[in-house]
Amino acid sequence: MDEHLQSAVDALKERFAAQVSEFRGEVSLILVPECIVDACRALHDEFSFELLSEETAVDYWPQETPRFHVVYRVRSLRDNLILGLRVPLNGITPVIPSIVEVYKNANWFERELWDMFGIRAEGHPDLRRILMPYDWEGHPLRKDYPLGYEEVAFSFNQKEIDDRKPFAKE
Amino acid sequence: MGIEQKLGDMGIVTLKLEQVVNWSRTYAMWPMLFGLACCAIEMMSAQASNYDMSRFGMELMRPSPRQSDLMIVAGRVSRKMAPVLRRLYDQMPDPKWVVSMGDCASCGGVFNNYAIVQGVDEVVPVDVYVAGCPPRPEALIHGIVTLHEKVKGEHFKDWA
Repeated sequence: MDEHLQSAVDALKERFAAQVSEFRGEVSLILVPECIVDACRALHDEFSFELLSEETAVDYWPQETPRFHVVYRVRSLRDNLILGLRVPLNGITPVIPSIVEVYKNANWFERELWDMFGIRAEGHPDLRRILMPYDWEGHPLRKDYPLGYEEVAFSFNQKEIDDRKPFAKE
Repeated sequence: MGIEQKLGDMGIVTLKLEQVVNWSRTYAMWPMLFGLACCAIEMMSAQASNYDMSRFGMELMRPSPRQSDLMIVAGRVSRKMAPVLRRLYDQMPDPKWVVSMGDCASCGGVFNNYAIVQGVDEVVPVDVYVAGCPPRPEALIHGIVTLHEKVKGEHFKDWA
């Protein structure tokens, strides 16, 4: 591990009781939701991780509890480093503190997080849907969201499907 | 020696008004400049010099729905785009036609999921469906010639 990365990881491990996992040279820290803002601020201000290159989530339902992992990937342009942060969350309406005040571009990432996974970013200035229509119900990237699969029409069931489909009249 | 001497006096032609109106609508059809996905690339090349849709009187793509007769739905329509598409259709003046270009617009294609409208005929009435993923420019031109055949058979009383 790079010495700059090592110092950042050690500091976070000590201050926020983060667990460290390394996979093929990529280092991730597992944190609790309460300290994510402070951890991001420390990385941003002290260890020159200037860029939030990704914020997304993974739904591990039904294999794992807690089912959601919010994944952050911060990047240091000065030292050419990448560091991952993961926050496990559980429940149907999970809440995570917003990091918009540290990384401004988290604004749209957190809107997408809310839109696709239903993870509410607490303290976000403008939490609306970003991809789906505003009147959409549900959060499509959750594993328990129905795919909306439509029956394929063959000659034996085509009439049945055509009768059911809402065709536009004029 | 011009062609008129070969063919005789072409001063007077007799035919039904309906036929001449439909004929003129056919060869001055203005499609709307409206592409949604990769089918739009094929639509552009159908317009360009290799395939040259202007041979069929279709050279003028209008960027405004208020100036166009024909909507070519070129690409998949997402559920968020569907109200916009319907609004564009409503803004077009009568008479108007719709060509559903490609599998995605016609039936959802490979995108059988929550985000894509499963066939644009749920939103607007479609006259001609063009199959293909994406259809080649020849296929689109064939669809448009098919539409021309349809237009030539229309009656005034149906528009009233």
